[in-house]
Amino acid sequence: MKIILKGLLLLIFCPVYAAGVHEYELDNGLKLLIKEDHRAPVVVSQVWYKVGASYEHDGITGVSHVLEHMMFKGTEEYPDGEFSRIIAENGGRENAFTGDDYTAYFQTLEASRLPISFRLEADRMRNLTLSEEEFKKEVQVVMEERRMRTEDKPGSYTYEAAMATAFQTSPYRQPIIGWMADLEAMEIGDLERWYQRWYAPNNAAVVVVGDVDPDRVLSMAKEHFGDLRPETVEAPPHRPEVEQQGIKRVTVKRSAEVAELFMIWKTPVLKTALADGSGTEEWEPYALEVLAGILSGGGSARFARELIRGREVAASANARYGLYDRLDSAFLVNGTPAQGRSAAELEAAIREQIAALQESPVTREELDRVKAQVISSDVYEKDSVFYQAMVLGRLETVGLPWRLADEYVERIDAVTPEQIRQVAEKYFNDDGLTVAELVPLPRDNALPRPQSTQGGAGHVH
Amino acid sequence: MSINKRVLLLALLFLPLTAAAVPDIQHWQTAAGARVYFVQLKELPIVDVQVAFDAGSARDPNGGEGLAMLTNSLLDEGAGGMDANAVSFEFERLGAQYSADAGYDSGSVSLRSLSDADKLRPALDNLSRVLGEPDFPEEALARQKKRLLVAIQRKQQSPGAVADDAFQSAVYGDHPYASPKEGTADSVRDLQRSDVSAFHDRYYVAANAVVTIVGDLDRRRAEEVADRITQALDTGAAPAPLPEVAGLDAAKTLEVDHPSAQTHILLGQPGIERGDTDYFSLYVGNHVLGGSGLVSRLFKEIRGERGLAYSTYSYFFPRRRSGPFTAAVQTRADQADEALRVLRDNIRRYIQEGPSEKELMAAKKNITGGFPLRIDSNSDILGYVAMIGFYGLPLDYLDTFKDRVEAVTVEQIREAFRRRLDPDHMITVKVGPLNTGDTEK
Repeated sequence: MKIILKGLLLLIFCPVYAAGVHEYELDNGLKLLIKEDHRAPVVVSQVWYKVGASYEHDGITGVSHVLEHMMFKGTEEYPDGEFSRIIAENGGRENAFTGDDYTAYFQTLEASRLPISFRLEADRMRNLTLSEEEFKKEVQVVMEERRMRTEDKPGSYTYEAAMATAFQTSPYRQPIIGWMADLEAMEIGDLERWYQRWYAPNNAAVVVVGDVDPDRVLSMAKEHFGDLRPETVEAPPHRPEVEQQGIKRVTVKRSAEVAELFMIWKTPVLKTALADGSGTEEWEPYALEVLAGILSGGGSARFARELIRGREVAASANARYGLYDRLDSAFLVNGTPAQGRSAAELEAAIREQIAALQESPVTREELDRVKAQVISSDVYEKDSVFYQAMVLGRLETVGLPWRLADEYVERIDAVTPEQIRQVAEKYFNDDGLTVAELVPLPRDNALPRPQSTQGGAGHVH
Repeated sequence: MSINKRVLLLALLFLPLTAAAVPDIQHWQTAAGARVYFVQLKELPIVDVQVAFDAGSARDPNGGEGLAMLTNSLLDEGAGGMDANAVSFEFERLGAQYSADAGYDSGSVSLRSLSDADKLRPALDNLSRVLGEPDFPEEALARQKKRLLVAIQRKQQSPGAVADDAFQSAVYGDHPYASPKEGTADSVRDLQRSDVSAFHDRYYVAANAVVTIVGDLDRRRAEEVADRITQALDTGAAPAPLPEVAGLDAAKTLEVDHPSAQTHILLGQPGIERGDTDYFSLYVGNHVLGGSGLVSRLFKEIRGERGLAYSTYSYFFPRRRSGPFTAAVQTRADQADEALRVLRDNIRRYIQEGPSEKELMAAKKNITGGFPLRIDSNSDILGYVAMIGFYGLPLDYLDTFKDRVEAVTVEQIREAFRRRLDPDHMITVKVGPLNTGDTEK
């Protein structure tokens, strides 16, 4: 029941060893990806739906995420609370998450209990009750979630404004949790239509990683999901981002203590690069991925070396690129000015770093460092069955072959210093840039003053 | 059809668990006096090392709050004559991951490396440089202090962080646990290089170190690793035990004005120590009350029934000395009183009545049925073994875990909750817009 902020889970390096994936498609269109990992008697089962905030349109933003919440509110066969009670009684961990490009549900269980997950997930794939009474309470819960994640976090609030400014027509301008006004106006009918439209076996992928036998999982999947009726699923509306023709700036003045800066450059994603006639070479997204590592992939990366140390202009600074997004997205740099330094100084220093990448190729030493980190991360990721399933589900849901995960290390290894310079030159220019700044407003009373009352507090009714 | 499937499903609930291999923990001391805990795991070519010292914020001197965290964060900012960039680069060129953390009880560093000797050895050499030969350069000290001051300032814009600081302070009074781990703006500003250096000399010593090694290496190599890491440390001595935590003699409510949309509410009091004899009764008992996510009482009452909050929970967080029992909820400011009332009512009733047999049964099934999930990765195992080592828990802690959970009774939970928690002596913290009436909102 959580939101994945855009790209939050996509760490700078997100490789996974995907060899040995068994891929099936049931007659009703359900995709099944299975990967064996016999280190522990545990299995993770994830159901991924091809729907998320980027499928939404004005007026119903947040509907994918509210529906994710409602998926825990029961079916005719397993009424409200039963799903979670049964999973809990079986020692399971469960939750769900909504992103721009997907909505996913998961359980981690002792391996022999996988059928329980399949039975319950198959049931709620087509048979959700969607009671109005439950919806009215749950949408309040989501509004509380929005208050906690966004309204009361000045940085997140500014990031939301930054994305809504950077993207003019692309659905990535919409916050995953939705605008508050849309949540307030949302009705049960919106959810019914959304559920009907996207929750079907031919719009879903089941990903299983763990101590399992693929043949048995396949027959189990047929037994539980095989009879589900497919739906006519139409492609989401295609409204690409219009070309940006000049820098955009947005300022958020809000009660806060610390300034924050966001710089967003429009960049293509791997999916675009793989399409014919896109004007983007296949290596470009990987070069952007390495570029993010050059800037902020550790304590010896350029931001730490030059901005946090060196110039001492940043208290923190990060770079992030959305390699596996479904639609063309962005390269994001964000940071907090060091004490006594301004957001303008930080912006100027970041611009110098970008200019340096455009002017001279990165050193062999830096590039080798990034590649060594990618190679070792590829091994470290295997320590988590959940993460391995995440990568497969994510690729499948945005319409990329899962085999790309296999190629990741090789593709990164092929990136050259000159390619990094070229993508820096091609994509990091002001005409495609959005700069957002959080300007902290002081509060009426500068310091919180605790007010204490002794006793009596235990008896309030 | 659906009825048949239902029956099948119920039958599955009682499938026997396949036995999860509980890690075999080996334990010894290095010549320098560091305690070592080791688990060999051969499946992945990874080695994880954590070195923890009794050097958390509870060891901060009076007026020098933040020193433990500052010292911990400065270890890799220059060591053995290498500057910060060079130290980080040495880890990163090897694909190794270094991290450092300072909590209330411990200051620790962690290293994850590939197990190939040509990667692991230089990474360990760098780790021992960081632990034993930090240079604490003046410019790094000045910079890290400023970064810490920004972090302290940033906390003030978060109602959750403000609430947590107020809560710890009220629950712990004069005890070192009362101070924020980051220190305060005043205390951090005054910290000097000599303070950092003295803190390191006193606490980052072998006799105060617990080394945890997990991964793809045998006992002989693990011994080499432990020696290699600790060779640069002074032998030193373990510090005197931390003072006991005093109980609360009265209820107290703190209200802090904050320009937030939500009011953050924390409720609690000192709870239990690691290794406490009541631990399993309280852990299993709290699982029912507020520790089991979507199926806990608090979640059902506050979120499910009333839609009052996104997040609500309770937990005992054991520390070396009594860690806090904390119950929390965040809600829109105008319904804060209602949320607090429901939270208090539920806690009060639970202390009086305990769980039902059915609830206890469900909690036990969840905890024991999910036991394999707790130890299904190298990093999970590292976490448990490091905790067992640092707090000196029995080496068979994981072996006996399920039996101890199974043994808990409703009566034990009720009795332990009544003895350990007093609903009339709890701290309540509310952070959000105060209803002063005379200011426009």
